[in-house]
Amino acid sequence: MSESITVDVFNHLVGLAALELAPDQADYLRTQLNHQLKVIDELKAIPLDENVPINLHGVPYEKASSALPREDIHKPFPDPRSILAQSPQVDDGYIIVPDIPHTTLK
Amino acid sequence: MDLCDLSALELTQLLRQKKTSAVEILESTLERIGSVDGRSGVLDAGALSEEDKQKVHAFITLTDDRALEHAQKIDQQLARGEDPGPLAGVPFSVKDIFCVSGTPSTAASRILANFKSPYTATAVARMEAAGALMVGKVNLDEFTHGSSNESSAFQPSPRNPWDTSRVPGGSSGGSAASVAAGEVPLSLGTDTAGSIRQPAAFCGVVGVKPTYGRVSRYGLIAFASSLDCPGPVARTVSDAAAMLQVISGADEHDATSAPTPAQDYLSTIENGVKGMRIGLSPDYFKITYPDPQTGELLIQPLPAEIEKSVREAAEKLAALGAEIVEDVPMPNTRFGIPAYFVISRVETASNLHRFDGVKYGLRTTAPTADLTQMYRQSRNEGFGLQPKLRILMGMYVSAAQYSEEYYKRALRVRTLIRCDFEAVYDPNGKYRLDALLTPTTPTTAFAMEAIYGNSVLMQYADQLTVAANHAGVPGISLPGGLDESGLPIGIQLLGADFCEDKLFRIGRAYEQATESAEWRKIKPQVLR
Repeated sequence: MSESITVDVFNHLVGLAALELAPDQADYLRTQLNHQLKVIDELKAIPLDENVPINLHGVPYEKASSALPREDIHKPFPDPRSILAQSPQVDDGYIIVPDIPHTTLK
Repeated sequence: MDLCDLSALELTQLLRQKKTSAVEILESTLERIGSVDGRSGVLDAGALSEEDKQKVHAFITLTDDRALEHAQKIDQQLARGEDPGPLAGVPFSVKDIFCVSGTPSTAASRILANFKSPYTATAVARMEAAGALMVGKVNLDEFTHGSSNESSAFQPSPRNPWDTSRVPGGSSGGSAASVAAGEVPLSLGTDTAGSIRQPAAFCGVVGVKPTYGRVSRYGLIAFASSLDCPGPVARTVSDAAAMLQVISGADEHDATSAPTPAQDYLSTIENGVKGMRIGLSPDYFKITYPDPQTGELLIQPLPAEIEKSVREAAEKLAALGAEIVEDVPMPNTRFGIPAYFVISRVETASNLHRFDGVKYGLRTTAPTADLTQMYRQSRNEGFGLQPKLRILMGMYVSAAQYSEEYYKRALRVRTLIRCDFEAVYDPNGKYRLDALLTPTTPTTAFAMEAIYGNSVLMQYADQLTVAANHAGVPGISLPGGLDESGLPIGIQLLGADFCEDKLFRIGRAYEQATESAEWRKIKPQVLR
């Protein structure tokens, strides 16, 4: 079976996905991706009239059947400390992270 | 029969007649959990013992203190002559994909194993406001990514109460198993491609995927946001209706929740099926499987036992006055899985980017040079194989150079699937159906480890349920008999947008028509 997702393409995806994989995991995942892609390629054979629109969520959201937008009012969360408490590293109300790598914009 | 074996509506009746108390109901529930569930799912569980293999393992976290406090409050309210709510004293479990304040909310993933939610999902809050007792959070496939529950990072994963060597289905497998084993009469699950209906079918219980937008997704840890639907798992159709009545309705916290008011399903559920038009489609009586050697997709007939259950259900409904409409075309059903492979992966890749070791969840303890390395290392340690697989596919098919070919095309195929449903429910159309009657699953419950690892074959377990998610329409899976191995067979009803009331009516009529059937008298293995 020809492989659309080559090792190079796969490694590029891993970077985009912000992952690091052990070699055995990478092998398994790349094999499964190529198997899945074979199923996905079934879509190419479907005759699609160019006027068929995209559908983002099944049920149509028309004006009458959609929720009104919320009022734009600031509602403070009652206990922000409980949110901060979930962060792996916090100091004096600030979330701490490792150094952000320097990037030179082109 | 123990209290925990009664339906939710029977329990509320006994409670209001003061023939029992909420605390007694809870005690019966916890006793059942203690006898059938075995050890709860944990990270790094070690090898399974022979005893482990005989248990259900539905739960990750028990919240018995919370439930006891609530039960005592309900008994006090009743003693004062107050109304404690329509589901007062009814125990329920919650799929651990819902945030519940103060409880671990893990998504069955290592990356959220230490996360305690600071807020509660709307559907859970509505259940508790209605007096229902949350007894615990139940296991699932990691981030709901699966159809067997085996991908959970919290092991032992749930087992099927009808045969503990089989899977309970997924991803709401803990929900279905906990209901089937009499641990709770109700459970809150989610359905993205069939994740309520497929495990309900495998475990011989009732599972409802409501219309998209019928139930708020606020507080649900997102998998595929345009497909995810919270819904009930129950042992009876009336219980499922009562639960949906409580959890549905608009929610200011979820802009996709429909403003359509919650319906009083119980007021019409006994109205019968006389005059209703129920369709059978040949497109639901054939199944697709990838050849294990070549990967070619093969079309096969549905297993005879499953087709027989559906056709017998149609005969029973016809005898009750429904008109059965044969040969209803649903030609795009077979594209449901290919389109789902694209749409769900794009959405999950986006949703799972928030897990980065910064705001909550796991951060690697390994030394890292900078933020980027911390992200990568944390996500590598925290995610299991299934989320990684889905993220990678989502990145691939949404990449600029492939988006037209894959993602946009899948969204247009979704339109074709939606059009199939619109055509058959059109009141001025050729078919004018109230519902389609189909099998829920292509097989009954498969053996543990039989499919896990083959991500294509596992996905095809949802081939008869996923079309409803693409279209957004409601569906219900009902117990429809047992196969020759004694495993439950599920039959499915699919309806038009916001017509859950019709599905409950048909389901209830079928339930009554089969009340005395021999298979209804057989209990799951763990209760024999």
